[in-house]
Amino acid sequence: MENNTPKMVAPPEGVTGEGFFATKLSDVVGLARANSLWPLPFATSCCGIEFMATMASHYDLARFGSERVSFSPRQADMLLVMGTISKKMAPILRQVYEQMSEPRWVIAVGACASSGGVFDTYSVLQGIDKVIPVDVYVPGCPPRPEQIVQGVMQLQDLVKNESVRRRNSPEYKELLASYNL
Amino acid sequence: MSDLLLPPEHRYAKIIESRRNEDGSELSILNLGPTHPATHGIFQNILLMDGERILDAEPTVGYIHRAFEKIAENRAFYQINVLTDRMNYCSSPINNMAWWMTVEKLLKIEVPKRAQYLRVIVMELARIADHIICNSILGVDTGAYTGFLYVFQFREKIYEIYEEICGARLTTNMGRIGGFERDWSEEAFRKLNVFLEEFPVAWKEFENLFERNRIFIDRTVNVGPITAERAMEYGFTGPNLRAAGIDYDVRKAAPYSSYDDFDFEIPVGQSGDTYDRFCVRNAEVWESLSIIRQALAKLPEGPHHADVPDYYLPPKDEVYNNMESLIYHFKIVMGEVPVPVEEIYHAVEGGNGELGFYLIADGSRTPYRLKFRRPCYIYYQAYPEMIKGAMLSDAIVILSSLNVIAGELDA
Amino acid sequence: MAIETVHIQEKVTGQFGAHVRCFEMQRDIFSFEADASVIHEVIRFLKEDEELNFHFLTDLAGVHYPDNDDDHQFAVVYQLHNWVENTRIRVRTYLNQDPEVATITDLFLCANWMEREAYDFYGINFQGHPQLKRILNMDEMVSFPMRKEFPMEDSGRTDKDDRFFGRTPANC
Repeated sequence: MENNTPKMVAPPEGVTGEGFFATKLSDVVGLARANSLWPLPFATSCCGIEFMATMASHYDLARFGSERVSFSPRQADMLLVMGTISKKMAPILRQVYEQMSEPRWVIAVGACASSGGVFDTYSVLQGIDKVIPVDVYVPGCPPRPEQIVQGVMQLQDLVKNESVRRRNSPEYKELLASYNL
Repeated sequence: MSDLLLPPEHRYAKIIESRRNEDGSELSILNLGPTHPATHGIFQNILLMDGERILDAEPTVGYIHRAFEKIAENRAFYQINVLTDRMNYCSSPINNMAWWMTVEKLLKIEVPKRAQYLRVIVMELARIADHIICNSILGVDTGAYTGFLYVFQFREKIYEIYEEICGARLTTNMGRIGGFERDWSEEAFRKLNVFLEEFPVAWKEFENLFERNRIFIDRTVNVGPITAERAMEYGFTGPNLRAAGIDYDVRKAAPYSSYDDFDFEIPVGQSGDTYDRFCVRNAEVWESLSIIRQALAKLPEGPHHADVPDYYLPPKDEVYNNMESLIYHFKIVMGEVPVPVEEIYHAVEGGNGELGFYLIADGSRTPYRLKFRRPCYIYYQAYPEMIKGAMLSDAIVILSSLNVIAGELDA
Repeated sequence: MAIETVHIQEKVTGQFGAHVRCFEMQRDIFSFEADASVIHEVIRFLKEDEELNFHFLTDLAGVHYPDNDDDHQFAVVYQLHNWVENTRIRVRTYLNQDPEVATITDLFLCANWMEREAYDFYGINFQGHPQLKRILNMDEMVSFPMRKEFPMEDSGRTDKDDRFFGRTPANC
């Protein structure tokens, strides 16, 4: 172990003076949110097994502030949809999304969740963006744990730069309305 | 109309209505799943509960029905391997190899000894990976997270070996008709040897952590037992059947891929309860390790694939530089290879039991009909009976110990 | 030490006469065809006869043959296994366009879901089945998707442009 000092997250841009630090509220909130994303794993098939590997000791998603896997949608910030979503499952996925409180983000992990993958059949939903809005897509069938981690980091970037007012904006409401949510 | 055709909640509502007790207590309906975190996959069970006890259950399956059999009818033989990976994703190499063996049986291809031994090695590795998941998750469900974190590292090691063999971790898509796409690298054997040295130590510790653990024994002994007769009626195969005391194993009953060259035991349990299932899987891991060691010791030199240019894709550099290879490549990809008109059933011992492929070939490049005999699908039927009278928390433990894989269940 | 196939054939023909036919070895599995009217009794005989003792139902598969004549449109294939003698056997029965056959759930518990699956995929009606409803697909579904006339791809697909996948919508 050559370096045991914990790595700190860099502060957002701002004005530093003697005894004070001034910055935008949005940035502070974004910083806090981005580093404490609680995942809700919606694991249906193979990608779920890779998520287990991501959570376990080797890859350790906890390093990114996602220590607590929240199985309750109410307390989760990011919905990780992993695996094939069939048409029978789609209403349940929607229900889980509706139960999450704002702000909420969605990562589609793997080819099936993103586009239906190799399962171009009568029973499979061709991508979860047919029923809920998606923020980050992770490719792969299944993606390697590194890719899942990268997807989470991409989402952290999005979260960091998101305005605190976004969820009240007419664009966002329009987006939800387009999904009938 | 039979009552059973009604949705379970309607049926149960009637029972609740008729069973209202004088002291004001009543039965209740509980919906377990399909996204319940403790069920490891999407299984829905609608339970009729008397307090904490389960009186009746009706499972609903099909939440990740992906129409494998329909896709299989529209894909060439060599493309179907991709589907088999995604069926039982905890032990995909077994599925891959089972599919290649089915096709080879159809096409009457004799696979060289070396390829057969390599297949045995990778199938046993897959069995170990499968049992690691099942048993460590069973630990998690009884409240022991440590074992899971500890042995999961070794599952990563197995994945690294897969990577050396075929480049992928989970959905391996390993092998070709007639053998392997390439011979195994030095690195693969090195990693395998390291694994064979390190893993037994960890697995022994894992076993010690659980097998005489008071809490674990209390949670699992006599939980979800099934008798041998009942298990047979329900079509059990694999570790779950052997835990009930029947030593049926496809590797012994109909040896494939030179399994008869190796010396191994079939561990059996007695009572068919959760603890026995756990122990049978533990013991199978030791047998698998022994098979791998024997196969490595006896591993013959020779080609890693059969000499069947009609079905085995030639290496790319030959395709570009050699007319004959180019023709074969074209013929294979365009599906102009001779396929007999025949019906084949081939079964292997998968991670969960007898994994069978019933293939009807009509001479074209795609199967006319391909039926997967998925062990999970068949034995999951017994689940309502097994949890009847158990506590709710036991239901979760029983489900974990059955090792039902959603992908395989719903096909 | 498998049971002699000739012996199986003799026993089965002795019992069912003209209702069973087409005895042959399909590679390593002995197989024959039985009339739909007697299939339940045939399976019962195979299971309960002390010598044959095919006590384990390995698999039950539906098959659709749209190109056959009207009486051979569907098939149900039963695969049984005798673990003691380590012998497998395959029995098939052909059904007409309105497929109906007796259930074997009273003989094998595990046939329950297998038959439901065959019903779900092919619409084969298993007479006497306790709970014959869809199992893998949604209850609302009207088609029987594994029948050859139904396409594999979903017709409501919008995200995939067939031109880029080198196929036409009818290609399935």
